[in-house]
Amino acid sequence: MTHTRVLRAVGVGAIALALVAACGAPPAKEGAADNSSAATAKSAADLGGFDALVEAAKKEGRLNVIALPPDWANYGEIIEAFEAEYGIEVDSAQPDASSQEEINAANQLKGGDRAPDVFDLGLNVAVASKDLFAPYRVRSWDDIPAELKDPDGLYCGDYGGFMSIGYDAGKVPAPTSVKDLLKPEYQGKVALNGDPTQAGAAFSGVVMAALGNGGSADDVKPGVEFFKQLKAAGNFLPVDPSPATIESGQTPVVVDWDYTNAAQTAKLAGKADWKVVVPPGAQVGAYYNQAVNKDAPHPAAARLWQEFLFSDKGQNLYLKGLSRPVRLEALTKSGEVDAEANAKLPETGGDAVFLTQDQADAAKKVLSETWAQAVG
Amino acid sequence: MVAPVTSPAGGGPTAAPGRGPAAKPWLAWLVVVPFLVYVGVFLVYPTVLVLAGAFQDANGAFTAANLVALGEGVYLQAFLRSVELSALTALLGAVLGALLSWAVAVGEPTGLLRRVVVAGSGVLAQFGGVPLAFAFLATVGFQGFVTRFLDDRFGVDLFAGGAWLFELPGLTLVYTFFQIPLMLIVFLPALDGLRPQWREAVDSLGGTAWTYWRHVGGPILLPAFLGALLLLFANAFSAYATAAALVSQGSPIVPLHIRGALTGEVLLGRENLGKALGLGMVVVVAVAMGLYALLQRRFARWR
Repeated sequence: MTHTRVLRAVGVGAIALALVAACGAPPAKEGAADNSSAATAKSAADLGGFDALVEAAKKEGRLNVIALPPDWANYGEIIEAFEAEYGIEVDSAQPDASSQEEINAANQLKGGDRAPDVFDLGLNVAVASKDLFAPYRVRSWDDIPAELKDPDGLYCGDYGGFMSIGYDAGKVPAPTSVKDLLKPEYQGKVALNGDPTQAGAAFSGVVMAALGNGGSADDVKPGVEFFKQLKAAGNFLPVDPSPATIESGQTPVVVDWDYTNAAQTAKLAGKADWKVVVPPGAQVGAYYNQAVNKDAPHPAAARLWQEFLFSDKGQNLYLKGLSRPVRLEALTKSGEVDAEANAKLPETGGDAVFLTQDQADAAKKVLSETWAQAVG
Repeated sequence: MVAPVTSPAGGGPTAAPGRGPAAKPWLAWLVVVPFLVYVGVFLVYPTVLVLAGAFQDANGAFTAANLVALGEGVYLQAFLRSVELSALTALLGAVLGALLSWAVAVGEPTGLLRRVVVAGSGVLAQFGGVPLAFAFLATVGFQGFVTRFLDDRFGVDLFAGGAWLFELPGLTLVYTFFQIPLMLIVFLPALDGLRPQWREAVDSLGGTAWTYWRHVGGPILLPAFLGALLLLFANAFSAYATAAALVSQGSPIVPLHIRGALTGEVLLGRENLGKALGLGMVVVVAVAMGLYALLQRRFARWR
């Protein structure tokens, strides 16, 4: 090949690339613009009331949700109930994705009609991604404690729970504290739901371990140290726990949110005695947050979804999945609460710790520097 | 790919190399443009994105911080571990694969053994990712049937030394599993190129088996072996899905760190660090491929 030929080949490649780049952006969807009133509505009242919102959402007929596992906080049933109530088809994408992957998907699919309409996010990602959200206040906004919602209405806490230890009572003795897990009875049995530098649940698991080992919300190093000891003792299982690993007995002890662990109790009833304990003195809580994509392809359906999640019915469905809905207090007061489900929530007592953003940032820094070494 | 050792064609009309019947230039372009587009879209464009991203901060401004981070702490360790894992599995795969190739090459050329081994290797060399990880979990995982069998019948606990399958030793085992068949595919043609007459010539001149391998077989096969070794190294270095399915804690190797940087929901705004890690991998593979090209040039002298 001569030099000119090489150059020509490169040239053609570059032109082809430029063409692809030019065509690469997905065609912008005009639907959002047509429905501009829904896309900018900050409450149902802005659209002329809740019935008008329902009408507009039904016209759109679809809702794109992302990262909602059916066995997580009862989302399987919540989606079905929403579809049944409003006749809107819910397209549930990537149920096992992380909060950050929701944001990535919104950026990558921006303008297309497959982009997520709504988000379900850990606080950390929600705070960092405010530019992507449209402000919207549900009708029950006032019931939500001020510290759990964004003052501009960009996101708000929806359901949450506490870090817990789930265990198969048929295989291991009941742990009463975090430190118990270091005992030889738990050899090769303790799993953490994810890598704490990547997954929110695992991150809170390390915070729980810190609280149970003399640390605090400001000092998570004892938590990392605990897992290091756990690994040295041969008790730590570097396996990502899932309903499948729990059912097959590969992960007899799982550190995870109490609602995910409690969901296993219900699922395994009759097969295994899966119990959940929120260790006293190491009570770490967190809420997941809801937000509307400001470029939602179905802006009315997105807002109706919010209304549904924060309605008595939606909140009771979370409770049925054994997570703690944010309006639990209001529901209890009004008597609308699903008492049977409420009674099944894992017991808690004492002070609960919710990390502030500053504390979380400091903890993240520690984890990024020490976690890989501790368990590697 | 490693070019097989071929002997010069012994006879027959020699065709002028590289000239078809009066090729029309536009026709050649028609064929090659889709390829260039393909390469552009799936190789050049992403590489440019990675390269640009590696030098940007979260706001798009120029920074060298991402690359500086590669030289410290966990990332440097991940690179070292990645190289170590790739080198070890490449070496294991190359040695075991070469032995297997030799066993096949000395057998009947059209025999059942050869056909089965070659066909099987073709499949197994491409058998990676989640299915491969699952295959190992189902056999030697905690509840795998081999694990259970050994435990029930012989009282041998595979996991007495810890959960090795989900850490580097596990990755070494699983990677070697796809390295051996790949070695067979790329190395067998070289072995087939060894002509029996050479061995006979050595024998009739009074040489031993050692003389033959030391002075004839070895030197001819060495470049092909080293080339295959580099190929296997690159193959292991770039593997991701298998590791992702097995390892969930601590991200011991670079591809898993990239996953963390792109999808983690705890440490945010590290997409460009992920790209810098990707760039680091590109450099390592480029070095391996550069060595490979050098070998090829040396190798060409034998032909």
